Formats: sequence, structure tokens, C-alpha cells
Amino acid sequence: MKTTFCLCFALLAPLAQAQTVAPDVLVKTITDEVAAAIKKDKDIQAGDTAKAAELIEAKIVPHFSFTRMARIAMARNWRSATPEQQKQLASEFKTLLVRTYSTALVNYKEQRIDYKPLRAKSDDTEVTVKSEVKQSGSSQPVSIDYEMEKTDNGWKVYDVKVGGVSLVTTYRDTFASEVRERGIDGLIKSLAAKNRETDRPRAGKS
Amino acid sequence: MCAALLLAGSLAGCATSGGNPADPLERVNRAVFVFNDAADKVVLTPVAKGYRAVLPGFLRTGISNFFSNLEDVWVSVNDVLQGKFQEGMEDATRVLFNSTFGIAGLFDFASDVGLPKRNEDFGQTLGWWGVTSGPYLVLPFFGPSSFRDGIGFFVDGKADPVYRVVDDVPLRNSIYATRAISNRSNLLDASSVLEQAALDRYAFVRDAWLQRRRNLVYDGNPPREKDDADDEPTK
Repeated sequence: MKTTFCLCFALLAPLAQAQTVAPDVLVKTITDEVAAAIKKDKDIQAGDTAKAAELIEAKIVPHFSFTRMARIAMARNWRSATPEQQKQLASEFKTLLVRTYSTALVNYKEQRIDYKPLRAKSDDTEVTVKSEVKQSGSSQPVSIDYEMEKTDNGWKVYDVKVGGVSLVTTYRDTFASEVRERGIDGLIKSLAAKNRETDRPRAGKS
Repeated sequence: MCAALLLAGSLAGCATSGGNPADPLERVNRAVFVFNDAADKVVLTPVAKGYRAVLPGFLRTGISNFFSNLEDVWVSVNDVLQGKFQEGMEDATRVLFNSTFGIAGLFDFASDVGLPKRNEDFGQTLGWWGVTSGPYLVLPFFGPSSFRDGIGFFVDGKADPVYRVVDDVPLRNSIYATRAISNRSNLLDASSVLEQAALDRYAFVRDAWLQRRRNLVYDGNPPREKDDADDEPTK
């Protein structure tokens, strides 16, 4: 009986561990993987944002909590949205952020990233993973902070702050004024239109 | 610039407050933003693109470093004005190292030996002293600012080594222009990201800029705002 228990435990332990990779380790692993993938991919380096978006969908999106991001960006308007609207908001917001990030990725040059030691207690369910990127051409490092929450499916990112600027709260005023003028459906339409506009590759770019 | 402040002030009465309470002059600011945007598209961006196409990377980095080194003189003064003496010493050492071993600032030697560049200016010093940012302000040609940082910007201009040392006006203006082009060329990639990110570019730039300045005043560790990660801010 005792041996069976021990055996089971020994078998389960690695599984349990795999599910809760430490947040800082997770961020570092994904960043390294994405950087390596870009390094191999001539198309992305040449500016293929669609391919960069594919990479992001595969490697990065699973580790983000887009519902929480949409909720923070919507602030108090989140509550007045129906569950269906909330779903649409999270999905359109996700598309917008993926597109934005893919524009940034094609400009990626090899950069050194330093991770700061994680200051968190073992039972924390919310942590900030801090890193610094050394840019080429400019001597000033840029801080990139990941706000993360612990979920049943491991740690998820719900905000990214670049140089102190939040990717999520920066949308708050825009979202609020859209909702005020055109309602929640109006905001969803605006987001969808923005996302469609960039479907046409490089349209209207000089 | 003072004229712009006065103009903005006199128009304050008729501007309607739209979204952000930090931006009571939104109507005027939007107009200046559109103007700046047009000037940027027609003049600065093409020139910066040409600059990037013509000059090799190492030379552009050298020029950028050169201006950054001049800037560090004023950075270290602002450190001291904020009572950060250790930082002031380090930033003065940066200037010393980079001006000598870094060949007149062309190489950022100090960063390699563990003295990374800091970001300070007089607007941040005022912020550190407790001056609040005041209404958001878009300056013609110079872009996002605020009442506090507009004053800071004015003082920064007077303290600028280029302004203090170079008396010949045409030469000084050419140096200003080179610096503007160099700075803009460093931001070319960022503008394509901004284009993609924003639903309303004006609001996006404003809200990002306000967060950025707040973050700089607190040297990267701003106190958590009540609604920072809150789902339902109590405004």
C-alpha cells in the first residue's frame, strides 16, 4: 500500500511540476524560444507580419489571459457588457494585440535581455516578472515588466509594461470614450474594423 | 513656446473636456497633434529614413552616443537637484569616461563597465519635488508635454550644452537639426508599431506618455495607482 502510494506520487510529481513552471522561468523560456524562431526565419526578418502573427499565436498567446486584459481595459464598462459581448471584446482585443506585437517582432534585432530576481513568496498568486532589454543604437535599457496571475493552467500574463507604459491600461480612455459615444457594440465594431483594416497587407503604408 | 502656453491657456475656457481629466485642453491639443503629425510625415520622417539609409549603423550609433553624452551632463545635475548624490556621481563619471575613453562620447564605454544611462530632466526634477504634472499639453513641433514638463523643457533648453557652448547661431541650429534627425531615426520602428496599436492615436500617445512620465519621475517604481490593476476603478 505504502509503496503504491509512493510510486504514484513519484509518477505524478513531474506532471504537477510541469503545470506550474515558475513565472520567471516561463517568461524566459518563451522569450528564448521566440527569439530563436525569429533568428531562423528569414521571412519574419524581411517584414512578414502575417508569419510573425502565426508565431505569436503558437508560442505566446497560450500564456496570456486575454479575458482579464479586456476586463482591465474596459474598467467599469466590463460589467455592463453581456457575456457574449465580453467574449467578442476579449477576442478582438487579442487580435489587435497580436497584430501590434507582430509589427514589433519583425523589427526585432538581437538584444540582450536581463531578468531581475523574482521577488515573490511561494504562495503568491500574482507576481511581476521584471526584465531589462538592452537596445542596439541606444544606450538606455528599456524595462519590460510582465504582470502574471496563477491559474489552474499555470501562470498567465495579464499585462505587459514597457518602460512603465501598460499595454492594457493605455487603452482605457480610448475604450471608455468609444463606449460613451457608440456603446459597447460600437466599440466592438471599431475594434473589428481596425483589425480588418490591417488584414490587407501593408495597405496604405508609405 | 511661452506664446503656445498663453494660447493654450486662453483657449482653455472653450475647450470641452472629453475623455481624460488630465487633458482639459484636448481640443487645442488635438489640433497641434494633427499639425505635428503632418510636419513629421512630410519633413522629419523622410529625412530620418534617408539618414538611416545613407549612414552606416556604427556611425549613427556614434552620433546618437555623442548627443547622449552631452545630455548626461544635465542628467547628473538633475540627479543632484533631486538629492540623488550617488547617481549624480555615477552619471558625471559616465560623462568623464565617455568623453575620454569613449572618444568625445562616440562610444558609450561607461555602459559596458556597469554604468548604465539614466533618464533625467528638469520636468522630472520638478515632479520629484512634488510639482504635479498639470494639464497635458502638446507642444508645436516638440510633441507631448504638460504644464510642468513644458517648463522643464524650457529650462532643459537653456541648460543644454549645445545652447551654452555654441554661440554661432547657424552652426547651433545645424547641430539641433542633426540631433532631431538622429533621435527621430531611433524611433522609426516604434512609429510603425504605434500605427498598428492605436484605435485613436491621439489618445493612445497621450495616455502612454502620461504613464511614461509618471514612471520616470518615480524612477521606474511608481506607487500603485488605485485602479492600476483594478477591474472597476472608482472614478
